[in-house]
Amino acid sequence: MIMFKLLWLIPALPFAGFIILALTGSRLTRTRTAVIGAGSAGLSMVITILTGIRFIGSPPPGNAYVQVLWTWMSVGGFRPEIAFRLDALSLAMITVVTAVGFLIHLYSSEFMAGDEGYSRFFAYMNLFVGSMLTLVLADNLLLLYLGWEGVGLCSYLLIGFWYKDTYNGYAARKAFVVTRIGDTAMGIGLFLLFTVLGTLQIQELMQRALQQWGSGNVMAGAAAALLLGGALGKSAQLPLQTWLPDAMAGPTPVSALIHAATMVTAGVYLIARTHVLFSLAPLVQAAVAVIGAVTLLIAGFSALTQSDIKRVLAYSTISQIGYMFLALGVGAWSAAIFHFMTHAFFKALLFLGAGVVILGLHNEHNMFKMGGLRKQLPLTFWTFLIGAASLSALPLVTAGYYSKDLILYSAWASEAGSPLLWAAGLAGALLTALYTFRMVFLVFFGEEKTRVERKPGMQIKIPLIILAVLSIIGGFVETPASLGGLHIFTKFMYTALPPVVNLPLPATGEFILEIEAALAPPIGIFIAYLFFLYRPRYTGRLASTPSGSALHRFWFSGWGFDWIYDRIIVRPFLWFARIDKNDFLDLPYLGTIWAGKGVNRLLVHTQTGKVRWYAVGIVIGAILALSAMVFL
Amino acid sequence: MILIWLIIIPFLGGIIAWYSDRLNTALPRWISLIALTFDFALLLALWFKPGIVLPPAGNLVQGSTMWLAELDRSWVPQLGISLHLAMDGLSLLLVLLTVFLGITAVASSWTEIQDRVGFFHLNLMWVLAGIIGVFLAMDLFIFYFFWELMLIPMYFLIALWGHENRFYAAVKFFIFTQVSGLLLLIAILGLYFIHARNTGVYTFDYLQLLGTYMQPATEFWLMLGFLIAFAVKLPVVPVHTWLPEAHTEAPTAGSVILAGLLLKTGAYGLLRFTIPLFPRAAFEFAPIAFVLAVIGILYGAVLAFAQTDLKRLVAYTSISHMGFVLLGIFAWNETALQGAVMQIICHGVATGALFILVGALQERIHTREMGRMGGLWATAPRIGGVALFFALASLGLPGLGNFIGEFLVLLGSFRVNIAAASVAAVGLIAATVYALWIIQRVFHGPNTFNWRMPDFRGREMIIMAAMIIVIVWLGLYPQPVFNKAGQALGNLQRSVDIIEIAKPRLSRAGDTRRGLSLFTDEAKRSRRIGTVPGVPMEAVNGR
Repeated sequence: MIMFKLLWLIPALPFAGFIILALTGSRLTRTRTAVIGAGSAGLSMVITILTGIRFIGSPPPGNAYVQVLWTWMSVGGFRPEIAFRLDALSLAMITVVTAVGFLIHLYSSEFMAGDEGYSRFFAYMNLFVGSMLTLVLADNLLLLYLGWEGVGLCSYLLIGFWYKDTYNGYAARKAFVVTRIGDTAMGIGLFLLFTVLGTLQIQELMQRALQQWGSGNVMAGAAAALLLGGALGKSAQLPLQTWLPDAMAGPTPVSALIHAATMVTAGVYLIARTHVLFSLAPLVQAAVAVIGAVTLLIAGFSALTQSDIKRVLAYSTISQIGYMFLALGVGAWSAAIFHFMTHAFFKALLFLGAGVVILGLHNEHNMFKMGGLRKQLPLTFWTFLIGAASLSALPLVTAGYYSKDLILYSAWASEAGSPLLWAAGLAGALLTALYTFRMVFLVFFGEEKTRVERKPGMQIKIPLIILAVLSIIGGFVETPASLGGLHIFTKFMYTALPPVVNLPLPATGEFILEIEAALAPPIGIFIAYLFFLYRPRYTGRLASTPSGSALHRFWFSGWGFDWIYDRIIVRPFLWFARIDKNDFLDLPYLGTIWAGKGVNRLLVHTQTGKVRWYAVGIVIGAILALSAMVFL
Repeated sequence: MILIWLIIIPFLGGIIAWYSDRLNTALPRWISLIALTFDFALLLALWFKPGIVLPPAGNLVQGSTMWLAELDRSWVPQLGISLHLAMDGLSLLLVLLTVFLGITAVASSWTEIQDRVGFFHLNLMWVLAGIIGVFLAMDLFIFYFFWELMLIPMYFLIALWGHENRFYAAVKFFIFTQVSGLLLLIAILGLYFIHARNTGVYTFDYLQLLGTYMQPATEFWLMLGFLIAFAVKLPVVPVHTWLPEAHTEAPTAGSVILAGLLLKTGAYGLLRFTIPLFPRAAFEFAPIAFVLAVIGILYGAVLAFAQTDLKRLVAYTSISHMGFVLLGIFAWNETALQGAVMQIICHGVATGALFILVGALQERIHTREMGRMGGLWATAPRIGGVALFFALASLGLPGLGNFIGEFLVLLGSFRVNIAAASVAAVGLIAATVYALWIIQRVFHGPNTFNWRMPDFRGREMIIMAAMIIVIVWLGLYPQPVFNKAGQALGNLQRSVDIIEIAKPRLSRAGDTRRGLSLFTDEAKRSRRIGTVPGVPMEAVNGR
């Protein structure tokens, strides 16, 4: 148990790192800053791994360990605690968060070396890791909400890290405000849950929901829908996905850590954590699947048209989280978490590789100005290729294949699944391979256009290598029936999450599904090869037709969502703020002032200083007074 | 006697500070600081005094057992006026806030005020004395006396040491509060005579006036008198328009006291007087109060965003935040009331800090126009960091005290009125917009005007550190405050319950307050358990 007692240290260490860095400001040397920043994340990782070994070796009773630190507050029956819960789900999450987090800290210590805000960067990063760990370890929804908003804050701070550029500030604010729209829905969901069920402690809440609500209950539906609102914002799913592409304004390690590997998957975690509610609300759960399917397609098409390498990866992230939502929507909770894990590896790897390219080319983001970099950056090329293959779900050899295959299979075979959802996923898989290898070919193949100025050092190379290895072997813990049928990951997850309920399917059926899922990526890669390496002219010709260019613009701008939101929300808000700057509710009072002044101006005329006028006034007044006495 | 000392110390401190001006201009500052530190020490002694055991539910506790400290001396027995001061947990918290913000106000005007320093501190200390009096008075006559006492020194603070448009702002402030104060006076007298007619006893004593029987129409009009006076102070939209002017034009210390404390006297009045004295009328009014609160939250936030004058922006955020307080008070269950109290305290500290920040910026760059700022982070990272912290507190970031306040208010009022709470929650988004806008316009972006300025040091850093610690403490472990306030709020709720039980034949508007609880099983269960018919659901549910 002694190992479990250290659970609180896992989020506390990064928080401590943040406090030290925030208080010392830029007075520490860069080396010490990096040691504190990366060291606190590293220590946290070590404790996580030791705890994980202990947890798997001899699981605590009930497969969960809860550590209560103190009672946050106790008001009117509302008694949330500062308490952490370790179970299979949170263990998987914190392992990925601390491991990927530490690697990215290590990477950043070199990547950010020349930046004047070095200590500020590590302070924010540590605050992020601490908040993210709080989010996934929280035992009640209020503490989860604290971590939830904390990671949102860090996302804002790090997107706008280079604050002197006004655009970065805009992107940062957009991210915070859009996600906060979802967060507010989630907040209302918490009010509803507490009001009706009387607790926010997650396990207790789920039990009471099961007891008090039947399947299809309206309350359960409302609560699930409100929580889903929060998840959509945080995980950049339709219709709140618009902030993520702009969030690429932040430094590249930030995009890797926050906007690919960890924070954006918080929505997936939330739904998996509260899966009971979603099971009780089949309509909402179906909506999750549909949103996931639509999002993965929409974002895939947008990724296909981007020229900024980071925006391709951003849209790709939206699309891959779409897969996770699809899995959640069909009840394959473990498959979603599995894909979260492999995605964290390969997407972080891709971002870090893109960071090397961007740094090497003097902050160049445009893929059309890159090319042939495979000779100049060999290690980056090979690791990037592995990441790309894993993202494309290249069969057998990549982690991404096993997780995506599991999702596609569940989308077909699960009770809540449907061939349509499966088809969307399959089309998405083809699309993924297409846009991914478009990127690879544009950046690393073809003619060399520029010289790389800055070659990566060890602190950058080590994370790339480790993540590349994980992007390959990370999937071998779970294989389909035809490839050995290993179920290590899902079996472990089943201690915290219910298994997916599959309809009986003949073995040949399963095999056919697998073949189809395995064929889509190579086809996509082949098309990418055809259009972007072998005959690039085709692409130009296709894009220059009127309908082709219109479609290109439409996809490039993210399907016009920004345009619509600008018209129906942003502009009316700004318009109202502009016309009402002086507060028209003040007008009645100003009117009183004007009236007073007006009457004053009128009465001033009676002060003439002429005795005749006064005498007349006295006479008139006397007559009026007398007649009033007589007649009334 | 300790209570009267709490008032006398700043009162005398002010007079001494005024005279000491002639010897040395630094002296008034030190004298004020020392006087307030004395007060603070007295309050800490009261804080750590062993608490009083909560009486069993359903019993209104009269007399000395419900107070942490009390002073009751007959003053004008012919008219039933007595010098009745008393302190329960609620008053303790608010007086503590008063003295704390008083100290920060003195410290933050250390270099800003160079003109008539002695007289400035006289006014400052007298405002504080008046506010403390308001929070302690348990005799309506004395209460009204202190209520008026706060205004005049505040008027001078704005009119003499304010900014460009100070006379207009001071007069506007004075007229708004004076007119509404007059309504309060009429309502107090009305209550006084009705009580005398019922019982033959002429008294201004709060505890005796509680539960005075009157016709519903009469009750409504008297309630309105009490309500309007406090609503103007809070302020409630649409009687808020004095606030932006007054806050903007006042010197820093004046703004801190206005936002941090004067607004809170309005909230306190609603809590202590309006609802307990006229519960049925107040609950009938509750739906309107909810609407006004929600409008205030959203309207204040949008207008805050619309401003270009940084100080005016912060002023408008107060309107938005006080909407939450109004919502919580009229929801009148334990959760919402505790949330309102927490919001009162945290808003006082956080907004006070923002006004100090604006004052510090104005002292350095001589402008409040956000169009003339930008990129200040590079030249003054500490100011930037502190501003970021309080902007985040202002937008309700979890882990900071303001979140606790807003969350509990919304949680408590959701039970009473789902629509109001849900729409009010949208205010959190609007708050994000204006809070981030401050950071963007002032600290981020390019430093177009090439500002170079000294960063926070020594004195300013100490003030800010103290305020940050309070906000973080209340965000992570607010229980001490809830414990202090809980007993007082429980007494207030019980006093209302008893009045309602005593007159079951009169219709109650309690139904509107139940809302969602109608279909919760827990509520059904507690209704079955609930033994006293007519006790509002929260009374059973909440404890």
